[in-house]
Amino acid sequence: MTILELHSVHRMHGSGETAVHALRGVTLSVDAGELVAVMGPSGSGKSTLLNLAGGLDSPTEGEVVIDGTVLGKCSRRGLAALRRRRVGYVFQDLNLLASLTAAENVALPLELDGVGVRKARQAAMVALSEVDLEGFGPRFPDEMSGGQQQRVAIARALIGQRRLVLADEPTGALDSQTGEAVLRLLRSKVDAGAAGVLVTHEARHAAWADRVVFLRDGVIVDTSGPLDQPDELLTAPGSVQ
Amino acid sequence: MSTARKMKGCQEHTGYAYSVAMSVKHGLLALLERGPMYGYQLRVAFEESTGGTWPLNIGQVYTTLSRLERDGLVRPLPENDSGQRPYEITDSGRADLAVWFATPVSRTDRPRDELTIKLALALTTPGVDVRAVVQTQRGATMRTLQEYTRLKARSDGASDMSWRLVLDSMLFQAEAEVRWLDHCEASLVRYAVPAAGAPQVAPEAASDEVSRR
Repeated sequence: MTILELHSVHRMHGSGETAVHALRGVTLSVDAGELVAVMGPSGSGKSTLLNLAGGLDSPTEGEVVIDGTVLGKCSRRGLAALRRRRVGYVFQDLNLLASLTAAENVALPLELDGVGVRKARQAAMVALSEVDLEGFGPRFPDEMSGGQQQRVAIARALIGQRRLVLADEPTGALDSQTGEAVLRLLRSKVDAGAAGVLVTHEARHAAWADRVVFLRDGVIVDTSGPLDQPDELLTAPGSVQ
Repeated sequence: MSTARKMKGCQEHTGYAYSVAMSVKHGLLALLERGPMYGYQLRVAFEESTGGTWPLNIGQVYTTLSRLERDGLVRPLPENDSGQRPYEITDSGRADLAVWFATPVSRTDRPRDELTIKLALALTTPGVDVRAVVQTQRGATMRTLQEYTRLKARSDGASDMSWRLVLDSMLFQAEAEVRWLDHCEASLVRYAVPAAGAPQVAPEAASDEVSRR
């Protein structure tokens, strides 16, 4: 089932001679259970693509569809509700509200959506245990490591009915082992049925995805998917020197 | 020096074969440091240590053992009841192994990189779209990286540590190749093809890479 669709999406910033064409006719779809990585140099349009996919920005041309809803046809209120209920975000930093505990951070989207505090907190505790943070509910962000904070962010991104997680360099500030643990978690959440888009400039991180798209100057120039038989890599002639 | 002449130098290099032979030799010595083993046991242990990424045939094992014995680095023990002859490491073998572990591997002993040569030649060969070569390779290397990552995701046990180290090595090398290809692509965007008859100048990335090798 397709969760996210971008149809011939363009995004122009400014106008006239100073106009910047951030995205030029990008078409992309992401199914449930699929993780798509977006790679490209600075200024290639990666973050613009992610903002459009999450309804944080609107295309100049083209259409963005989440779970069958065309974002361009939503009212502001409808769009806000859709973002709250359907889309989760994980960013490199500024993920958690420092004045709220881990449980309160995770429960926040549900509470904003009118779910009772008690029920929302219960759901948050379950979500935290699913990311191996059982017992961390009462801790504040500054009492947790960077990797633990990203786990909280992933728990929050996928709490409730939300099945689309958008991650922008989620391992940026973490060491390689901790970063890998975050990617394993993201991968397992996607394998359990979510759809994910991961923006990264590191090929080793993008490799956790099912598909990798390369952006350059606002255009998808290349897409790579995995081979069918990974074990063949290890036995092919000259595969490993 | 022209690119073609640099390539000729690369082809004449035999360091890779030397490096592979040295690695098998020290691999067997390292395994014998655990205790005496006969040929088949060494072969199985070697392949287990490298996650099956470096298959050895039994002939290579026995040839290497003969050389090690000739050099006084291992000694044969009496045959067991099944007619298999175990070998044990000697003090000289231990000293040789210690030196191997203490000595960094030189980059000049590693294989010549066909991809580097291919890109350098693609740039100077009429009718070849070097950017397409870069993109095709990057897609293939990215797929390889994805598959290594799948294999890594499957290997979680502490007993798999040797295998995971091998896998990490392949992952980081593939990642470096993707980064280098990204760099090449960016350099090619700024590269202007010289007029016909003018001396060919390779883009910064490719020429740097070749001159280092």
